Formats: sequence, structure tokens, C-alpha cells
Amino acid sequence: MYEPIIGLEIHVELKTKSKMFCGCKNDPFHAPNPNIYTCPVCLGLPGALLVPNKKAVEWAIMLGLALGCDIAEVSKFDRKHYFYPDLPKGYQISQYDQPLAIGGRLGDVRIRRVHLEEDTGKLYHQKVDGKPATLIDFNRSGVPLVEIVTEPDIRNGEEATVFLKKLHQIIRYLDISDADMEKGSMRLEPNISVRRGVRPLGNSRSDPDGGELPTYKVEVKNINSFKFVRRAIEYEVNRHIAILEKGATPPQETRGWDEDKGVTYTQRRKEEAEDYRYFPEPDVPPMRFSRHQISDVRSKIGEMPEEKKERFMKKYGLSDYDAELLTESRGMADFFEACIKEKTLTPKTIANWVINKKVDPKSIKPEALVFEILKATTVEAVPEETIGQAIDAVISANAKAVADFKAGKEQSFMFLFGQVLKQLQGKGDKQKIQTVLRKKLTE
Amino acid sequence: MKTKLNTLTLVKAIELLKNKEIALDELYNDTEEAVSAKNPELNIYLKINEQAREDAKRQEAFPLAGLPIAVKDNFLTVGLETTAAANVLQGYMPQYESTVTKKLKGAGGVILGKTNMDAWAHGSSTETSDFGPTKNPRNPAHLPGGSSGGSAAAVAADMCLAALGTETAGSIRQPAAWCGVVGMKPTYGRVSRYGVVAMGSSLDSPGPLGKTVEDCALLFTHIAGRDEHDATTNLQPVPDVLKTLKTGIKGLRVGICYLDHPNIKGTVVDRSVRDAANVLERLGAHVTDVPLSDQLEKGKILKHDYAIGVYTVVQRSEVSSNLARYDGIRYGNNRGAFGEEAKRRIMLGTFTLTKGYADKYYIRAQQVRSLYIQNFQELFKTFDILISSPSPSYALPIGAAGGDPMFGELQDMLVEPSSLAGLPGISVPCYRDPQTNLYLGLNIMADHWQEEKIFRAAYAYEQVAEWNSWKNP
Amino acid sequence: MSPVTFTPNDVVRIAALAKIPVTKTEETSLAAGFTTTMTVVEKLMELDVSKIPPASHISGLENVFREDIVDESRMFTQEQALSNAKRTYNGYFVVDQVLPGE
Repeated sequence: MYEPIIGLEIHVELKTKSKMFCGCKNDPFHAPNPNIYTCPVCLGLPGALLVPNKKAVEWAIMLGLALGCDIAEVSKFDRKHYFYPDLPKGYQISQYDQPLAIGGRLGDVRIRRVHLEEDTGKLYHQKVDGKPATLIDFNRSGVPLVEIVTEPDIRNGEEATVFLKKLHQIIRYLDISDADMEKGSMRLEPNISVRRGVRPLGNSRSDPDGGELPTYKVEVKNINSFKFVRRAIEYEVNRHIAILEKGATPPQETRGWDEDKGVTYTQRRKEEAEDYRYFPEPDVPPMRFSRHQISDVRSKIGEMPEEKKERFMKKYGLSDYDAELLTESRGMADFFEACIKEKTLTPKTIANWVINKKVDPKSIKPEALVFEILKATTVEAVPEETIGQAIDAVISANAKAVADFKAGKEQSFMFLFGQVLKQLQGKGDKQKIQTVLRKKLTE
Repeated sequence: MKTKLNTLTLVKAIELLKNKEIALDELYNDTEEAVSAKNPELNIYLKINEQAREDAKRQEAFPLAGLPIAVKDNFLTVGLETTAAANVLQGYMPQYESTVTKKLKGAGGVILGKTNMDAWAHGSSTETSDFGPTKNPRNPAHLPGGSSGGSAAAVAADMCLAALGTETAGSIRQPAAWCGVVGMKPTYGRVSRYGVVAMGSSLDSPGPLGKTVEDCALLFTHIAGRDEHDATTNLQPVPDVLKTLKTGIKGLRVGICYLDHPNIKGTVVDRSVRDAANVLERLGAHVTDVPLSDQLEKGKILKHDYAIGVYTVVQRSEVSSNLARYDGIRYGNNRGAFGEEAKRRIMLGTFTLTKGYADKYYIRAQQVRSLYIQNFQELFKTFDILISSPSPSYALPIGAAGGDPMFGELQDMLVEPSSLAGLPGISVPCYRDPQTNLYLGLNIMADHWQEEKIFRAAYAYEQVAEWNSWKNP
Repeated sequence: MSPVTFTPNDVVRIAALAKIPVTKTEETSLAAGFTTTMTVVEKLMELDVSKIPPASHISGLENVFREDIVDESRMFTQEQALSNAKRTYNGYFVVDQVLPGE
């Protein structure tokens, strides 16, 4: 009967060292005091001019590429005008008609564009001298922001959450932002409409036929955590349906999400779209990217989650489920592969251990984990003679490691021990093997 | 009678100081005397630097020898109130220094004070200043021009040894012409705009005003060059204009423009430029007329009638944007304190950028701008310099602007085309009316980065012409 | 809104966009002024610019960037940042409470 038409607008704060158009420190969340990371540029003083941060541009392009977008050959910044106390220049520098990247896809959702802009200052409402006032902190003003806009391909809260999780993962893989919704380094606004009629089965979501297009759009702000995205969208969709059932059209507006009450409320009526009076930023020359430059940036991306998961499944014979967990973050994936590199245990063994014991890669070194697994694994008894033979074989085959150990490298002991276990196919009393090995080495 | 040291040229004063023939302290005495005597009437300086003498003592060993320079009040100067002659910025004490004044100080120049201007540089008369108009020292019943009227007047009145101004389209050259001094606009992107209250971002250029061409050339060499804080400044090496300054103009190809316009033809402006052209010819240049055309035609110059429209739209659009930061929250006063002219320009500029009209006006204006750029590109293949007048008339009487909503843009019509293209130019005095003591200027323009040519031509002319009041007192 | 003739209502709308307070008298005088100004601008319509790109950047430059390093020398202390504000409070700039906007 009804089909939700949902698009997402996501803002991500890049974790460059300095701001987008000036050399101020980019660390608004941890700043001990307000207004301590400002300069003529991000404070919007008379006469200030801007020079764009190369790294921010590069990272935005990287994200565009990772999302399968086409990178613009020529791009520029534009001024977006509106008045608000957190916007020091009375305009925000953003990108209008020549964004850095367009036309990508993440799963079922098409990406319309990815562009770069600057963040605003932060406002706090409180009483000053008994009167309601708004306090302004410009530490965040000028921080580089990447804006990602999707096509309205999302149909429900669940799909939105899935998309956002994937996007979040990619951003973390690229290591360009902490993308922490609670800290504000990732913000999102769903644009929600509902239309009557349902698309015929089999038609893709980008087909315009199959029903009337919605004539309105509601933007929802203030969703501060992943958990609430689904709830907020579901609430809003139901609200629209209720209005449509009555024969009316939901008004076009911006609404805020109230986490405590679980409802959205009117923030601002938008009768007509705001007139931002865009024009090209005259203080910043345009950007032109050669194919060579773009492939240069592409080479910095490295393996993305999907790719890595596929590879893990193929190379290590892992199940979809296991591979998914092990590639959840780059840190985890790198840790897993480092463990495998030790050449002591099978990938499957490591995978099972890591997943079942919920190992935190940050808490233990790969070599140490491998050792731990080895120690803990129960084994068949092996005759002492067999152990002795295995040890002798390993010692004669690894002269360098032996020499290293004798020179004081404890690491080499672990290595030799591992080799012995390999010989014994993991069987034997580990303690005993260690003791004998150490004895034989120090003879 | 002993020469008052404030009447020296910059170059001469440096020489005399070096040879210890004069003392810096004495020069400051004479200059300050002139300021006290004439500033109350002429309203040239908005603020005097109380530390000037102190600063001068530390600067003597540097190229500009601690000499007093007047600085237009739209350059941000730490320790000196900077207002751009606007109420909105009254009391503003900059937290940072403009690159140009930093360079000036680094070269040994001392800021004597901040000069009056059209508020926000919106105008060609200095009448829109929120702090009263400046009077033309040559004839105080007349305007000094604008928007760098205070700086031009300071030079003319010997209330400094040289000055800094800014030009968007005519704001250095027109007041220089009206005050009978030399004023020069560098190529857009040659001099840093960092720390200058922005007016037209794609047009603004700081530049020198002085008593002679050589003085301007000297100042130019010290303020020009790439600035890491201004992304529109070019890596083009700054030419050593002083080196070639006096090498003459034999074989220089000169084109005369805009004189066949009905408003100019047959007027004293027409005659003065033609006389100057004859002088250039006698000095060895090849002079040709460049006829006006109402479309893009080879060998002809596109008439400036369209440039007024282009300039009005582009400049006012950029102004409306650049003045959006003045909300009284972080500095200054709120937007109710804007003067009439500022309100007009901000609002018209807002209109030309609004949805539905931006295509019709802003974008179209930028397209016509491309036409002018193409026109000059083609002309400078055949000509080394183009000459004209920077103004259609003598300095007008005080009150002439009379709230005319287009006064500024109409006055600057003859420089708007080349300014839109970012081209450099210089104005040198080329006539003086013996009755009124008012001057006319010769505007010499060249292609991008060719400041060397305009200085050389201006110098050659100035040396043989009789209009420089310091060379020919 | 006719682009050639401005009415006081037009002025009110533009003034709101530009956040410029205008008096009733100014509404009328400004309207007349804009109308005059735009007649000069209308001249631009005479030219054929269909094949001409708009000149939005005059510097002739491209790809001007800065490296991602913190520039301590340009950063202000809190005191400097606040030094010209009429209202401050505990290190913040202060305005009368605003409604949620952008």
C-alpha cells in the first residue's frame, strides 16, 4: 500500500591534524577550553583568506573511490550563504555543482555524491545573567567535513542501519575519521517520504514507475546514535502513513528526533527551499585531477571490507560468518593474518579461538596468542624418543635460529618450539617438549 | 626658506638619510606639523600611529629607512584601530596583521596612520566614509576620489612620503588622478590580499600611491610576491621593475583607448591623453588608436558600457557575500550600523545571487567578463601598453555623489574593463588646470604580470612632462 | 518579482535574505535605486554569450593546497579570539538564544 522513500545525508569529520582551510588544530572534541583552536580564517575575521588542506581533499577522494564513485576531473568550492551564529563568515564553504565524487554504490544503495565542506562552530544554550542565551565555541569551525548523499533507495529502518554499518566500516578501514556518532564525528539525517502504491515486483528501486512520487520530504535531525536510526525512521514512516491515510500530505519540514520520548517534533517549517545563493568560491582556485593522480590516491586505499572478506573465505577456507567477523575492522583482520604468518597453527584453528574467545587484537600480540593457543590445546601423548628426534631434526635444520637463541633471542625459542610442534603435528606434552628443547639448545 | 622634509620624495629621502644629510627625527617633525595643520580640515587620517617615531628609530637601517607611510584603513594593522571607515567596525583592534603591512614594516616602512576611504571601499569619492569625507588637497572644495581617497590626499598634501591603497576597479588610480599623484594597481594575484578587508574577492588588489613613479616602483617591489596565506597569489617571480625603470620606451607599441566614446570625445580628458600619447611617440614609442566596438572584434576594444553592468553585478555579489560575516558577534557592531551605500550594495548583490536570478545576472555577468578577458588577450598580442584616462573628468565638487546609486561604478567605467580582467595599470598626472588646480591622470595598462612595462612607460613620460608637482614645483 | 522594476516588497524580501534592517522610507528609496541600477545591468542582455564560459576564477591558478600541519604561529589564544566581542562568557561568545536552525 505504502512505500517509504528514504535517502541519507551523512556528515563525517575527517581526522586531519589541521582544519580544512587553515592550520588550526583539528581536535574540537578534546579541547580543554572553548575558542582555543581558532585563527583569522576559522574565526571569520575581516580580511581572512583560505587555503585548502591537501590531505582532506585526498581523503575525500579516497572515500569517493571506495564507494565506487567517479571522481570529477575538475572540482571547486562554492559559498553557501545563510546566517547563523555558528557560521562565522555568514557562508559555509561547500561544494555545489562540481563535487569531488559522484555516482557510486554501497550494497543496494546508490551514492549520489560525496563532497567536501567545512564544519561550523558549536552552540550551547544556557542562561547568562538570567536571560536565555546561546554560547558559541569556534574550535570546531573549519574542521573538514565530508558529506555523503545517497539516492532515496532505502525502504526501511533496517536497510538504513545495514547501509550505515557498511559505510561506517569503510570509513574506519580508510582510517580517515573516527566516525563516532556520540562524539559527533559522524552525523546523519534521513530524508523521508512515503508514497502510495508499490513498485511492481522485480523492478529496481530506482525505477520511477509503479506509483506516484512523493510531493514532500521530511528531514530528521538530532539522531545521535546508530541504535536510534531504525527507531527514528520507523516512527517517522508510521507518522507519514497515518497522515496519508487521512487523505492529507505530511508538511515539508525539518524535524528533530527526541530519544527519550521516541518521537519526532517540528523544528522548522520549510515552505520553500532555503536560498543559499551559491557561487564559486573566488578565494580558492579550482582543482583539477589527472588520471594519474586519481590512481595514485586509489593505490592508497588498500583492501576494503568486501574484498578482504572474499579473500579470507577463499584463501583460508573460512565460512561467510567467520570471515565477516574477522574482517569487521582492519585491526582485527591484520591481527588475524599476523597470527597466520606465524605458520604454527591452521587459519581455522586461529579463527575459532579468536571468535569464540572474543579476543581483542589490541590486548595481545599475535605471537603471544599463537603461543597461548598452543599451550592450551590438549594433545596425544608422544614417546620421549619421538620428541627427542623431532627436536634434533629441527635444531639441525634451523642453524640460524639456534644461533640467535644462543645469542639471547628468546623469540627464536618460540619459533623453534613451533617448528617442533609442526613436526609432531601438534601432539605431545607441551611442557615436556619445551623443557627438552631448552635443554638440548643449551647443551 | 628651508625645504620642509615632508615634501621630499621617498627615494630622495632615503638617499639623503643614507648620506646623513638629513635626520629622520626632523623629517618626522615636519610631517607631523603638516598633519596637525591640515588634517582637521582635510580629514585625511582617521587614526595616527602614536608610536610612529619610536618605530622609525628601529627601522632606519632597512630599505625604506623608517620613513612615514600612510595606510588605507582597510589594511588590518595590529595595535591600530582598523575600521575600513565604517561604523560597523568602529573600535575594531585587529588580532593579526595584513601581509602587505607586515612586508612594509619588514622593509623598514613605518605606518604613520590609517587613512580615510569610502566605507568598505564602496565608492569613488571617499564621501561614503562613515567618518566624513576627505577634501582634495589640491582644491578643498573638491573630492579626492576614492575609495583610496585618504591615501591619495595624504601623498598630495605631503602628509606622508608614500601611501598604500587598494583597488577593485579604479580605487587607486582614480583618486591618484584626482589628487595629482601617482597610483598603481598591480596585476590581480601579484600582491597578497590577506588581512585586507575584502570587497570584491576576484578584483581587489593592494597597491602603492606616491609622489613619483619611482617611489611607487620602490614600494611595489617590497609588497609584491606570493603569500602562502592567499591562494590567489601567483608564483610568478616579481620583476625587478627598478632595474628597467629608466631604460626608455623605444619601440614600445602603444594603443590609445576609450577616447572615441561620446562622453570623452572632444573633452579636456581626450586632449590630455592625446598630448601624452604624442609625448610617448616623441620618446620612441609607436602609438596607434584602438577604436571602440560594441562587440568582440580583432584590433578593437570592447566598449566599457557593458563593463559597468558586469562590474556592478560581480562586485556587488562578492560584496554581499564578503560582508555577511559582520554580525556583531565576534567583533564590531551589528548590521544596523551599515551605512546607506553599504546597504545598497549588499542588497543588490544579494538579489543578483538569488535563485532564479543568479543565472540571468551573476552568471551572465561572468560570461561577459570572459569576453573582456578575451578582448585584452588579443589586444596585448599587438600592443605592449594601452593608454587612456582613469576618470571621465576632473575631481568633482564635494557632494557630487549625492546619493546616486550608481555613482561609484559610473566614475570607474574607464578602468572597469581592464580591472575585470585582472590587468595592472598606473595613473600619472598628465594635466593641471591652472584655474582650479585640479589634475587629470594618464592611465597606462599592460598585460598580466607586465608591471615592468607600465612603470617604464610611466617613468619615461613623467620625466619629460611638466605635471609632477614634486619634480616641477 | 520583475527584474526591471523593484517594489518596496521586493526590498523587504531582499533585506530579510541579506539580514539588513530597513526602515519604511528606505524600502521606497532603495527600490527606486535598485531599479535605476538594474537598467544599467540590463545592457548585458544585448550580448550573445551562449558559447562563453563564465570567468569565476581570475588568478589563473589551479590546485593550490597546504600541507596538513598545525600552524601554531597563526592560532589565537582564547583571549585574542574573544578580544573584540561585545559579549563573552566563560570563554564563549554570547548571543541571545537562537532557535534551532541549520
